[in-house]
Amino acid sequence: MVVDTRPHAPFLLRNMKLLVVEDDRETASYLQKGLGESGYTVDRAQDGRDGLFLASSGGYDAIVLDRMLPAMDGLTMLSALRAAEIHTPALILSALGTVDDRVKGLRAGGDDYLVKPFAFSELLARIEALLRRGSAAPATTMLRVGELELDLLTRAVRRCGKPVDLLPREFQLLEYLMRNAGHVVTRTMLLEHVWDYHFDPQTNVVDVHVSRLRQKIDRSFARPLLHTVRGAGYCLRAPD
Amino acid sequence: MVAEKLLLPAAPRPSLTRHFPANLPRLVRTHAFRLAALYFAVFAASVLGVLLFVYWNSADFVERQTEATLEAEITGLAEQYDQRGLSGLVQIVAARSAGDRGDAMLYLITAPDGQPLAGNIAAWPLGVPARAGWLSFAVQSTANGHVETDPARGRLILIPGGYRLLVGRDIRDAAAFRDRVKLTLLWSGLVALGVGLLGGAAMSRKLLRRVELVNRTSERVMAGNLSDRVPVEGTSDEFDQLAGNLNRMLDQIERLMTAMREVTDDVAHDLRTPLARLRARLELALIGSDDAADQGEAIRAAIDEADRLLATFNALLGIAEAQAGPARDPAEPLDLCEVARGAAELYQPAAEERGFNVSLAVEAGVKIRGDRHLLSQTLANLLDNALKYAGGGDLQIRVFAVGRRAVLEVADRGPGIPKSDRESVFDRFVRLEPSRSTPGNGLGLSLVRAVAHRHHGSVTLADNQPGLKVRLEFPALSA
Repeated sequence: MVVDTRPHAPFLLRNMKLLVVEDDRETASYLQKGLGESGYTVDRAQDGRDGLFLASSGGYDAIVLDRMLPAMDGLTMLSALRAAEIHTPALILSALGTVDDRVKGLRAGGDDYLVKPFAFSELLARIEALLRRGSAAPATTMLRVGELELDLLTRAVRRCGKPVDLLPREFQLLEYLMRNAGHVVTRTMLLEHVWDYHFDPQTNVVDVHVSRLRQKIDRSFARPLLHTVRGAGYCLRAPD
Repeated sequence: MVAEKLLLPAAPRPSLTRHFPANLPRLVRTHAFRLAALYFAVFAASVLGVLLFVYWNSADFVERQTEATLEAEITGLAEQYDQRGLSGLVQIVAARSAGDRGDAMLYLITAPDGQPLAGNIAAWPLGVPARAGWLSFAVQSTANGHVETDPARGRLILIPGGYRLLVGRDIRDAAAFRDRVKLTLLWSGLVALGVGLLGGAAMSRKLLRRVELVNRTSERVMAGNLSDRVPVEGTSDEFDQLAGNLNRMLDQIERLMTAMREVTDDVAHDLRTPLARLRARLELALIGSDDAADQGEAIRAAIDEADRLLATFNALLGIAEAQAGPARDPAEPLDLCEVARGAAELYQPAAEERGFNVSLAVEAGVKIRGDRHLLSQTLANLLDNALKYAGGGDLQIRVFAVGRRAVLEVADRGPGIPKSDRESVFDRFVRLEPSRSTPGNGLGLSLVRAVAHRHHGSVTLADNQPGLKVRLEFPALSA
């Protein structure tokens, strides 16, 4: 069990309930244990039919479901759930990883798609992003993290009132980090959401972009906002 | 002995072309045979129709003409009878009978007691009933000195007072003509039907032969000979089209199978080593020091190893997928400039940090049909390679069009690749650096080539003097 990255645990203000739909016993107990240690309450369903039954109650904060399941496959279950007007955020876990598979999964009502096998930190970061999406303040035009401000309309960025000059891509990068402030975002998440790249380059391209951004927002300030989380990714958070 | 015989392998099935009749029951079941039989039936019906028409228009026509002549004659005699009475009729019949029967007309008028009064027939013909109407009878004629019996056709008219008039005609020539026509038609009919039968058989045999070729090729392919193809005869008919389509399908299947087999081989050869390494690390962690920090380090190393393994595995699957051929063809139009711009922007900071000077030169509006993700990944692979091996200097990304080809070029100032290795580097797991100290799995260029082929393009390596120039060419999409 590799759950060594927990800078995000304080975020759990209340006990979040997750439903894990997974037929493989070992994977399921790995998920149950890992997510439990991260502070979630986890229920498990063994197949799509049980999953649909449990999820239909609407009592979960998020669903993690395998794509290939006995009795009813994950996508069918998800479509049925969405047809019943239940919009619990869902993350699809699948061994099928082509762009086509991804598109199919998202079309069926998935909110995120993670290819097996995955690093646990990646899964955790994505589940948190899903949970935040549900509770995010709607239609905000100004993002704030500590003394850092980002205006979505004028595309101006300031820290302590001093303007920060960013390239367009750096602006997008910062926007994504600020929307997920306080939580770990992985390199893969950044590649997917900021660059729309669905593969991992062999070069540390994302790291260099992030370090340039860090130069611009953290240099000349005593307390850094942008942190590297070893083995996981990055986290932008206000100093305590 | 019998048992031994039964155990013998089945003799190779005789070729249908050479042993046609031996396969008769099978032949009857074939579609080709039924088609040929149908054609033969239609053919026979039309031949029969033509023959009947010819008969009706020749032999039957002569007969109808005989009767018309007799009718006219009788009408003439009836007028005479009306004007001149019985004696006049007898006179005329006597006059008309005086000749030597050159016109083959026959006359006989008899008294109520049956005695002939006039005419050119000696006596009332035997077996002819005394009933008014059309009748056939036989007459004696003298030709070339001997007596012959000729067929005749005539009509008997009853005259009031018990007199009878027989007007007829010798139809020996007409009957001979009819027999001749019948015989001719019979023979020509038989010949035509025979030809039709042979033609139908030949047609069905030809059809069967080509279908059989397709069948036999399919059987051989199913038996495992994937490179077998249906022969194309160059006639560009439906069978050639069928053969062409089947062959293209077989090409695709063979390509898929080859790609799959290559992946399996690669997995066997090149994933075993890292898996063994991974296992060794975990084993060491288990039996090694009890210090938690050491164990944690060993486990972390094992996870890194597993991640590398996964990356290799994913790369192999990606190559196999790209090689399997165009899955979504035609792909949507794609601006190569956008792909180049995106990759250049992503890589620029990392490249600059390593001492590269990245330049991007794109010609606007160079479009191809393609998958953005695959092409981005391809370009990323090339840039990864440049960053890994070139060690700095100019790194140029260019997009331009040459005629109907769209070109995407990545050129660096590194050590380049010697000419002799420029083909082999595309093979899987080939890495030119003998020490293999740089991280990588040797699959980057294999993917580049697979993606290029999938987009009906090509990839070539050239000398950038100095450095390496990778050139990808695709069919351009006309604006």
